[in-house]
Amino acid sequence: MLRVEHLQVGDLPPLTFEVADGECLAVEGPSGVGKTRLLRAIADLEPAHGQVFLDGAECNEMPGPEWRRRVRYCGAEPAWWTETARAVFPPAARLDRLLHSLALDPDVLDRPVAVLSTGERQRLALARALIDEPKVLLLDEPTTALDAQAAALVEELVRFHVLSGRNAILVSHDSSQIERLAHARLLLPKTTPSGATPGECAA
Amino acid sequence: MSYVPLTPLDLALAAALLVVNGAISWFYRLQLERSLAVSAARMVLQLALVGLVLKLVFAQTSPVWTVLMGLVMVIAAAVEITSRQHRRIAGWHVFGLSAATLLFIGMAITGLGVGVIIGPDPWYAPRYLLPILGMVLGNTMTAMSLVLDTLTETAHRERGAIEAQLALGAHRFAAMRHVLHVALRTGMMPILNSMATTGIVALPGMMTGQILAGADPVEAAKYQVLIMFLIASATALGSFLAGLAGILLLTDKRHRLRLDRIATAH
Repeated sequence: MLRVEHLQVGDLPPLTFEVADGECLAVEGPSGVGKTRLLRAIADLEPAHGQVFLDGAECNEMPGPEWRRRVRYCGAEPAWWTETARAVFPPAARLDRLLHSLALDPDVLDRPVAVLSTGERQRLALARALIDEPKVLLLDEPTTALDAQAAALVEELVRFHVLSGRNAILVSHDSSQIERLAHARLLLPKTTPSGATPGECAA
Repeated sequence: MSYVPLTPLDLALAAALLVVNGAISWFYRLQLERSLAVSAARMVLQLALVGLVLKLVFAQTSPVWTVLMGLVMVIAAAVEITSRQHRRIAGWHVFGLSAATLLFIGMAITGLGVGVIIGPDPWYAPRYLLPILGMVLGNTMTAMSLVLDTLTETAHRERGAIEAQLALGAHRFAAMRHVLHVALRTGMMPILNSMATTGIVALPGMMTGQILAGADPVEAAKYQVLIMFLIASATALGSFLAGLAGILLLTDKRHRLRLDRIATAH
């Protein structure tokens, strides 16, 4: 179970919520409200006040890299740092199966990342985020560059991830996608620049 | 040893050459006249002052004055590194790390070069120690500011790639590996270039100085070889230490990229 306590991100009020095992939480709110920053803060990629627990262990009890091996942020526009994608993947028998379930040819691994389509890169990034089986998946607009078919495959993978007893938090502008995937919703309130939204927000 | 002394009139004549710089700046509206005047004035003042101070220190041949002078040079170089950054890392960290690194390299490399290799009598003879320390510090300073500048610029540009690696559980040094690579190459390039071309394209300053002062050119060349090796190792060491310290400053204990510690470009 992922538990977020009094997490303070940007101008948002402190947030407290839980994501049970086998559940997907959708985070909704207007553009620029801080959904991405919330996901990044949960992955401990940016400093924030408050606490995040995974299965009882607080984030700061373990080194940052270890936390991020369990709580995996998958960004909207994934960046690459190698010529081809293969160098980025650890050797794993399930890689071919994973690519297949995303309708990706294995040869995308050896083509220069720069010549791949945005959709191929987005699916590859999801495959990379899933390959070492993190406990929590933090998905930031996972299907923006995908057509309906490919998006359905991504949703299927996310559903499988959650059904196997793990957790996911989904940020998406696609309300029907939230309808299909999410078990609970967290609506982030619109904030004023001064951040004068009183009270706490919970889901 | 003999050389032709210069009179103030000679220098005034040379200063008149700056009219060329001024004319270009005026013609193209570069608005460099002011900084040109300030830089030239600073140069004259600083060199005159350092000439007088060195004359005093050389006359004393005291270890205390020599060391004091060396410390002033270290601090001046550290201030220069701090102020040269295009995107500055907030706080006094850069000054602190620069001063510590320069002090260490200055002592180690100059100590090796003067104390062990040249071996003047006494070991603290300022006529040997201070010029060599100056050359070591000057080149290390350039290398360190290049490394720090490249590090912050590259980290800024490759932010997405660095954070993608961190998000997958990479250690901060692993995620910054490419950035460090670029920065170290940049820091070590000038000395590599100057070692390869020295003597062909230009005669190095120290060798020229010794020749002008009446030294045997072959002896002067030997000194230049020694100083080039000292500078090469000093800049490599300085680049490496600045790179590691720079990564520690741009990331935190939680292995997060902290570009918020960089002040906006000025």
